[in-house]
Amino acid sequence: MSIADSTATVARRGFTSPLYKILKGLIAGLFSIAITMVGLLFVTFIIARVMPVDPVLAVVGERASQEIYEAAYKAMGLDQPLYVQFMLFLKQVAMGDFGMSTLTARPVVEDIARVFPATLELATLATIAGVGIGVPMGVLAAVNEGRWPDQLIRLVGLFGYSMPIFWFGLMGLLIFYGILGWVSGPGRIDIYFEDIVPVVSGMILIDSLIAGEIDIFWNAVSHIILPASILGYYSIAYISRMTRSFMLEQFSQEYITTARVKGVSETAVIWRHALPNVMIPLITVIALSYANLLEGSVLTEIIFSWPGLGNYITNALLSADMNAVLGGTVVVGAIFVGLNLFSDFMYKVVDPRAR
Amino acid sequence: MTTAPVKSNVPDRAGLKAWLSSDAPTSRGHARAVQFYMGWMKLYENKLAFLGFLIILSLVLMAIFAPLLATTEPNAQDLAKRLTAPGVDGHLLGTDELGRDIWSRLVYGSRITLLIVGIVAFTAPVFGLLIGTVAGYLGGWVDQALMRLVDIFLAFPKLILALAFVAALGAGIESAIIAISLTAWPPYARIARAETLTIRNADYISAVRLQGAGVMHIIVGHVWPLCLSSIIVRVTLDMAGIILTAAGLGFLGLGAQPPEPEWGAMISAGRKFILDHWWVAAMPGMAIFIVSLGFNLLGDGLRDILDPKKSQS
Repeated sequence: MSIADSTATVARRGFTSPLYKILKGLIAGLFSIAITMVGLLFVTFIIARVMPVDPVLAVVGERASQEIYEAAYKAMGLDQPLYVQFMLFLKQVAMGDFGMSTLTARPVVEDIARVFPATLELATLATIAGVGIGVPMGVLAAVNEGRWPDQLIRLVGLFGYSMPIFWFGLMGLLIFYGILGWVSGPGRIDIYFEDIVPVVSGMILIDSLIAGEIDIFWNAVSHIILPASILGYYSIAYISRMTRSFMLEQFSQEYITTARVKGVSETAVIWRHALPNVMIPLITVIALSYANLLEGSVLTEIIFSWPGLGNYITNALLSADMNAVLGGTVVVGAIFVGLNLFSDFMYKVVDPRAR
Repeated sequence: MTTAPVKSNVPDRAGLKAWLSSDAPTSRGHARAVQFYMGWMKLYENKLAFLGFLIILSLVLMAIFAPLLATTEPNAQDLAKRLTAPGVDGHLLGTDELGRDIWSRLVYGSRITLLIVGIVAFTAPVFGLLIGTVAGYLGGWVDQALMRLVDIFLAFPKLILALAFVAALGAGIESAIIAISLTAWPPYARIARAETLTIRNADYISAVRLQGAGVMHIIVGHVWPLCLSSIIVRVTLDMAGIILTAAGLGFLGLGAQPPEPEWGAMISAGRKFILDHWWVAAMPGMAIFIVSLGFNLLGDGLRDILDPKKSQS
């Protein structure tokens, strides 16, 4: 048969060149990532240079003499042309050196390593909620298309899309902390529990369990539950909406009709036939939502005084701590690009057609 | 149909309805009117979308008639009546920490919101459209370079990029508008490019080219009109996001400066009294929420009307 022939040809052709193909794809991918990262660095670099704040003054202080000022000016490489400064900056970044933060007087890399786990902890919990609740909700909505569960879930999603997150956070604090007293207030942990647990992962929930400090664990839970729920709500709104639309797309396909005609139970059609096919585009959605949570929780972190990456970058921006801003933005951009790459990779693992 | 000639502008009610729903339009204007009427009826039938439309309409009316609706001047202070609860002494939504009437401030604040949304919703799509169609139409290295640029801007966290721009430009409404536009254009470029790729090899484009039309003429005159409907849908859906970003910038003190009654900045001011005087922060938040809900409802409805293919999502 011709079909068998053509599969054989494909197989033979695929046999001779997979390594070449993978290599080519890898190099093209790496190249595009490199270009994107350099562009990202360039844009941030330009913004940093355009800032109407004198970076030298930020280092030496306002009372420094002219000589000290000029020495610092030269030491910071500001007398060089812009492109030389940029090249220098690229070289430093490539070696993992983002310079010192003028705000905390510590290397930016150390600062980021300290604040990042806090953001990671929050974003991971929110994503778990988003997947655990959002996916079933989306499936439920798709199955009941047009009926009340669908409308209700749609409304929940629309509310999430329409609410200013900082206001939502404030109202959450007012109700659950101020009036009901069910949760703890802003911050990661009560002040008398601070710095007791040895830092292993930087995530207090995990570190306190490792250290066997159950009290501290529950205290941390009472602090994280509100911001994580609020971020989780947004994640649920997004993921359930996307799941619903992907599921509806599958339901209109012929293989679903075939399965139903053959007498496969509705439960099996939904969970065993449609959902696995939905998982493929859903991975991209989840990765995107995770990336957005990692970088986009700026306002939530500020409302809850959460010592994470968003808070760090914002503070740095407001006090013109340019090294910290550049470092933070690069990390955030790298996360975004990395997660995109990861979802592409997962695509290929899950879907044989994409290989 | 006996009452008036088809082209007349003032047929009676039934005649007008028939004229508007005619399936054989007699002129281009007639066809446009029919199309508009059909869309309007679809919007009217979709109750949620119509609710969204009403919310936006009230926002616009509120901004236009602000002086009539406000009970006091938005910046008039009355320290004796500071932090009055809602409903007391004729202050519908209470007063803030300087005794300013919150309702009046919200009414005037709608002008700022509309200004920001209006300008961003115009500049960002136009810029995105330009980049996207040029990239899609010319292809080759131009396409590569422009799409890389889009990728770079997409790789930035939106709010942080906007923050950085505002920090570089200095705080204020103008900077906020520029910053939000600069972060909002890449998705439009993506959409416009995708549409252009399907259009560029169409016969009618070749026909125009053979007649000697220049590149920009083709792009603006013959490619843009076909990209518009998907862009408009996307803009309506993005409006809520624009409002939320603007409010976020205002909340961080980087948008409109005091004493301007910008909604996000009002929440930020009320944050200090949240536990004892909740209304100072709660009311402006409600306003933002209602307006962005309106845009979201309308956007969903418009998508059903203009873009039935994607109405499922």
